[in-house]
Amino acid sequence: MKVLVAVKRVVDFNVKVRVKADGTGVDTANVKFSMNPFDEIAVEEALRQKEAGKVTEVVAVSLGVAQCQETIRTALAMGADRGIHVQTETELQPLAVAKLLKALADKEQPGLIILGKQAIDDDANQTGQMLAALLGWGQGTFASKLVLADGRATVTREVDGGLETVDLALPAVVTTDLRLNEPRYASLPNIMKARKKPIETLAPADLGVDVAPRLITVKVDEPTKRKSGVKVKSVAELVDKLRNEAKVIP
Amino acid sequence: MTALVLVEHDRIKPLPATLAAVTAAARLGGEVHLLVAGSGCRPVAEAAAKVAGVTKVLLADDARYAEPLAEPLAALLVGLAKGYAALLAPATTFGKNVMPRVAALLDVAQISDIVAVVGADTFVRPIYAGNALVTVKSTDAIKIVTVRATAFEPAKAEGGAAPIEATATATDPGLARFVGRQEAKTERPELTSARVIVSGGRGMGSGANFKLIEAVADKLGAAVGASRAAVDAGFVPNDLQVGQTGKIVAPDLYLAVGISGAIQHLAGMKDSKVIAAINKDEEAPIFQVADYGLVADLFQALPELAAELSK
Repeated sequence: MKVLVAVKRVVDFNVKVRVKADGTGVDTANVKFSMNPFDEIAVEEALRQKEAGKVTEVVAVSLGVAQCQETIRTALAMGADRGIHVQTETELQPLAVAKLLKALADKEQPGLIILGKQAIDDDANQTGQMLAALLGWGQGTFASKLVLADGRATVTREVDGGLETVDLALPAVVTTDLRLNEPRYASLPNIMKARKKPIETLAPADLGVDVAPRLITVKVDEPTKRKSGVKVKSVAELVDKLRNEAKVIP
Repeated sequence: MTALVLVEHDRIKPLPATLAAVTAAARLGGEVHLLVAGSGCRPVAEAAAKVAGVTKVLLADDARYAEPLAEPLAALLVGLAKGYAALLAPATTFGKNVMPRVAALLDVAQISDIVAVVGADTFVRPIYAGNALVTVKSTDAIKIVTVRATAFEPAKAEGGAAPIEATATATDPGLARFVGRQEAKTERPELTSARVIVSGGRGMGSGANFKLIEAVADKLGAAVGASRAAVDAGFVPNDLQVGQTGKIVAPDLYLAVGISGAIQHLAGMKDSKVIAAINKDEEAPIFQVADYGLVADLFQALPELAAELSK
């Protein structure tokens, strides 16, 4: 069975982003970009399923600007077999991404598609669910465990207040939560090997997809900052302040 | 211009996050209808009908909705979408699972996790873990919206008297089967609706030491939370995690103990009314957002705090 894994190039999670002075967006000039952390978990899961003999090929897909090739190379260095890059300068919103991935799925016919549950830039948490809908497949979102057997996927999901398990007919879409696995680091020999692995490059038009944004950004603001308060000297003083000044405890 | 809110419920009544979504729906300026889907969930519909400001409750009572699976619920919503200007749900794991599926089937964008309604087509939502707020305008005919519960006052659970109407159900696409649920067992309030939260971080040192946190939480009737560092270290299960990658909370009092205050943790609790922090490192970033800070060794301060609260 072939697995498609979608990997997004995002501002590295250690970067403290700043809103541009003109309010048009956040400043991404000269900041470090990396693979979306949830997508690293998706790549790792696909590789572990391959190592367990459940999967035969892992294809890493990234959509967007030319530098997305680096993100695909990272996936290849982790162990993915080949890459597909749909190159565009247009801002891609989740619905457009889902449509592009659907077109690729129609072409590649994977048995499973794994994505991160959300990207840490737009925090939308939409693409996997949208892709499953467009393909008419079942979805196992926010997965903390994935078992593939007998043409079905059993997915344990992290939900508010606990865990939930669903059983899906394959093909299906799975989105990853943090505790699914711990992604590996690419070794130097594997990074070298990844340079020789093939990456196919396509344009959205090749896939017949209209990627025009549906949401218009009106403005981007800094959130209001919380002011730091006072230091108290003792537990007794803390309790007194919470009781009598803030009045948040009885 | 009517909005339909998908109700998340416990088979008895709508959950608090849904009531916050009702408030957001009302701000769109039109009528608000609620959709209750479940099996044997008439009591939920009756409770939903009493929610202030609601003008109609649609009830889809059928075995296929016995469990909150995205596939049949999305099919149901798509069938009802015609005639509505907006479909909303709370931005809980329930709403996040279902709504993008609805949006894609209707070929429209979704606006996730809104924290403000500017107008019928314009919303504010956090991006980059809450380090920026974007105002977006939707160009689609129908708006699909998930609502961050902590950003809106919940609608009053009493005061309304909306009619309940049974609605046609949709065919279950049969793609997924519910297997089971493991609920985290706790006597304490749920994190996302608790009035007081006591959270521990890596500074707790071990899972066993969380009993110091629990002792204080018991005195306050509080929920227990944790930072991602504490979860990653294996001290406590992930469903206690507060932060960008965990739960977003906004209680009246958030007491952070042994938590340094990483960006990703602050993103999950900075809208709390009052923040208090106990940390032995006076340079810890948590003190930059805390209303009350105590520089102290938590292993002394927590027992002292539990004793002080008993007075």
